[in-house]
Amino acid sequence: MTAYAHDQVAVSSGGRGGPEKGLLRFLTCGSVDDGKSTLIGRLLYDTKLILEDQLAALERDSRKHGTTGEDIDFALLVDGLEAEREQGITIDVAYRFFSTPRRAFIVADTPGHEQYTRNMATGASNSHAAVILIDARKGVLTQTRRHSYICSLLGIRHVVLAVNKIDLVDFSGERFHHIVGDYLGFAQALSFSAITPIPVSARYGDNVTIRSERMRWYEGPTLIEHLEDLDATEGLEGKPFRFPVQWVNRPNLDFRGFSGTVASGVVRPGDRVVVAASGRDTKVARIVTADGDLPEARAGDAVTLTLADEVDVARGDMIAEPQARPEVVDQFAAQVLWMIEEPMLPGRSYLMRIGTKYVPARVTSLKHKTDVNTLEHMAAKTLGLNEIGLCNLSTATPVAFDPYAENRETGAFVLIDRFTNATAGAGMITFGLRRATNIHRQALLVDKAARTRLNGHGPAVLWFTGLSGSGKSTIANIVERELHAHGAHTYMLDGDNVRHGLNRDLGFTDADRVENIRRVGEVARLFVDAGAIVLCSFISPFRAERRMVRELVSEGEFIEIHVDTPLEICKQRDPKGLYARALEGKIKNFTGIDSPYEAPESAEVVVHTGEGSAEDAAQRIIEALKERHIIG
Amino acid sequence: MSTDTQSRHALSQHLKRLEAESIGIIREVAAEFRNPVMLYSIGKDSGVMLHLAIKAFYPSKPPFPLLHIDTGWKFRDMIRHRDWVAQRYGVKLLVYTNPEGVARGINPITSGSQLHTQVMKTEALKQALDKWEFDAAFGGARRDEEKSRAKERIFSFRSAGHVWDPRNQRPELWNLYNTRIAKGETIRVFPLSNWTELDIWQYTRAEEIPVVPLYFAAPRPVVERNGLLVMRDDDRMPLEPGEAEQVRMVRFRSLGCYPLSAAIESQATSLDEIIEEMLIARTSERSGRLIDSDEAASMEKKKREGYF
Ligand SMILES: Nc1nc2c(ncn2[C@@H]2O[C@H](COP(=O)(O)OP(=O)(O)OP(=O)(O)O)[C@@H](O)[C@H]2O)c(=O)[nH]1
Ligand SMILES: [Mg+2]
Repeated sequence: MTAYAHDQVAVSSGGRGGPEKGLLRFLTCGSVDDGKSTLIGRLLYDTKLILEDQLAALERDSRKHGTTGEDIDFALLVDGLEAEREQGITIDVAYRFFSTPRRAFIVADTPGHEQYTRNMATGASNSHAAVILIDARKGVLTQTRRHSYICSLLGIRHVVLAVNKIDLVDFSGERFHHIVGDYLGFAQALSFSAITPIPVSARYGDNVTIRSERMRWYEGPTLIEHLEDLDATEGLEGKPFRFPVQWVNRPNLDFRGFSGTVASGVVRPGDRVVVAASGRDTKVARIVTADGDLPEARAGDAVTLTLADEVDVARGDMIAEPQARPEVVDQFAAQVLWMIEEPMLPGRSYLMRIGTKYVPARVTSLKHKTDVNTLEHMAAKTLGLNEIGLCNLSTATPVAFDPYAENRETGAFVLIDRFTNATAGAGMITFGLRRATNIHRQALLVDKAARTRLNGHGPAVLWFTGLSGSGKSTIANIVERELHAHGAHTYMLDGDNVRHGLNRDLGFTDADRVENIRRVGEVARLFVDAGAIVLCSFISPFRAERRMVRELVSEGEFIEIHVDTPLEICKQRDPKGLYARALEGKIKNFTGIDSPYEAPESAEVVVHTGEGSAEDAAQRIIEALKERHIIG
Repeated sequence: MSTDTQSRHALSQHLKRLEAESIGIIREVAAEFRNPVMLYSIGKDSGVMLHLAIKAFYPSKPPFPLLHIDTGWKFRDMIRHRDWVAQRYGVKLLVYTNPEGVARGINPITSGSQLHTQVMKTEALKQALDKWEFDAAFGGARRDEEKSRAKERIFSFRSAGHVWDPRNQRPELWNLYNTRIAKGETIRVFPLSNWTELDIWQYTRAEEIPVVPLYFAAPRPVVERNGLLVMRDDDRMPLEPGEAEQVRMVRFRSLGCYPLSAAIESQATSLDEIIEEMLIARTSERSGRLIDSDEAASMEKKKREGYF
């Protein structure tokens, strides 16, 4: 059963890269138990990549954990985690390498369970081709469709449809053609350029590396023959020059270089280039490497560029070709795959990583999410784990990109949760919404500083956060009275009042709470701009939104006041009778009862109303404002 | 030092790609972390990793030190090589040994390989990372070495206490590495993830990277123990009844603590011959590591506890 003898492997030319074709990165995907891991194990085994001690270990393992009776369980070659072996499933992606005399491969074996979809996406993001498996007995399943859709979104154009376990349907051509017909019907709507169906038995090796004697009706290539021939180059070298600056290389005053990896295109000394965000143009002076200067650098090369002029360039900038510039915008549309339990909330601030840049970003609207079964669009307010939707996003500063469909290297981003640092979403930009360079803010003759001088006090947002009934409004009222007596310009924004007007259209779901605070934050910012001290009393249960408001105003202008009253005391006080009704289940999503309150971690002021009077608390806040020189 | 006598080989397209990918990873760490460190274990993989770091920052020097966790039981040739390399490349070298382990007299011979590894490598590493407050640490591990390594991310998150949770790794899409961590958390970074043993040797040959002479065959004093050839590098390793030291032509595929690293019989005295020998080898490089076969899934267990 051996197709390739180990000593035939072509190495003289330098390892896995055979002379004919470059490295191919592919993944296996599909539904649970379709035989993905078994197939990879089989490929490794047949290409003689399994050495004697590993084979002995595999035989031992198969007896202990195997799902195949007396036979070797090839899946155990790739399911390397204890939990995977015990349960007989794949949880996370495994990367394995193998080669034939003609080509070297990196394969990502991905999990079929829906729960681990994000790990499948991880494997797909760096692959050029996908082997989508289908169990011949079961046909096309929801996970087959989901994985196909994700492959398509992530830009994979070449698909092998491996109809597996064909041994269990008597090597039936009819069954094979039926499944292929089904799949092609679904896949029409996806953007694959080639779909190659192959009937295989991963367990017994039919049509994997050896042509099966048991399916004479099949005349196409074996899986390995097809993978060896596949031309899946992305043509990155032919695209416009893009160079995300990774690190500024400054060993001494005489050398200032920009280190990074060419994302696409080719560059030579003397070429004109621009810094995408600023539009500054200059020329490439040298292409520096430890092996000496190069006459050119191509997509994939890690180099250091020096420029002819002293231009302002930092990590996160993109150096590009002037005749074919990337878009530079702060608002764009993108397909987003959500990867954490906590849902994606429009309005919430996430950290976006795009190229070598980190930038705060918000989803401004969720246009729709996609049903992976039917590919239909559905209206939605949030994206849950493993859901995919088309979003509009806005970033704190403009970013340079190309649409993902044009350039996989410069059109992708990830979203990071700002509190847990979890990688929360993966995005592929479809198009820019408007050029950031076209929206100039109205330039103002009288600015905040001028107003502050006239007022005689600094502007500030006093943000009171705490449970319902904790005493936010009571204390805020006293503070405002005191400030007024000091001659300060003040304004009060109160949760209940705002909900009667500006935010009348919002309810109390998580998504609406986020939007509520976002609007209040924007209003507060206008008042701060006007030079006022604005007092805001909002339960504002989520750290993320309080931080969002904090970032709307300048450093030092946001004073977070945690009115820290224990839940038990709030329940006893219950001035509006709300707790009683919430406890009876008559009010849903009530903070502290069936909706969480995330206490501030480093509020500027914390007041415990359980211990002193509201007057004392207000006095402490006035003191804090004096210490910060907001009032005299 | 032993370098190949042949002239420099041009890099294949394949090795160029691997080199560029690794350089990108190494630069990323320097750009994003406050206080990174490169684990240097003196072996062939560490040699390649250090060489890549030098190339990554040229004409600057790598903006981080090397760290060697010294168990006190490395081959003497390794220690000589380590000190020479640090000097040759002009990089700062930190050496750390677990003082508690020394005080308790932990050693690979009477304490057993498992306890020795736990205390003198895993614990020592965690102590050193805490002591210098490193927030990112490079390791030279490759995915082709072992099946749990094949599952690990390139930027591998460690919660406070250096714990790896293989069931809950951060998704890692494209080359958009998530480098964000909270205080006390760290990242292990594996720039050689996608290299194979063969790639390492071919690159070492092409780039003329110096390696410890123990990788080349030479007549050496060994004893046969449990079917494996162990070299007595000093007299701390007593002979068991019936054992006799004999000189054989041997070399090492993988280097660690000398009582725990088995030699193979070989005639390969040059990089070309090592590569040729590798291509017909029928056992994996880790088969000579006495610590790996301690128990099933042992590598994953050690990694979860903080081992590299
Ligand atoms: N008869 C037969 N059984 C197969 C074939 N391929 C896989 N199997 C069996 O199907 C079961 C599941 O195989 P795996 O390779 O673990 O499936 P998987 O797709 O990797 O599963 P997940 O990764 O958990 O989604 C095992 O018991 C295999 O032995 C085949 O071609 N024929
Ligand atoms: Mg699997």
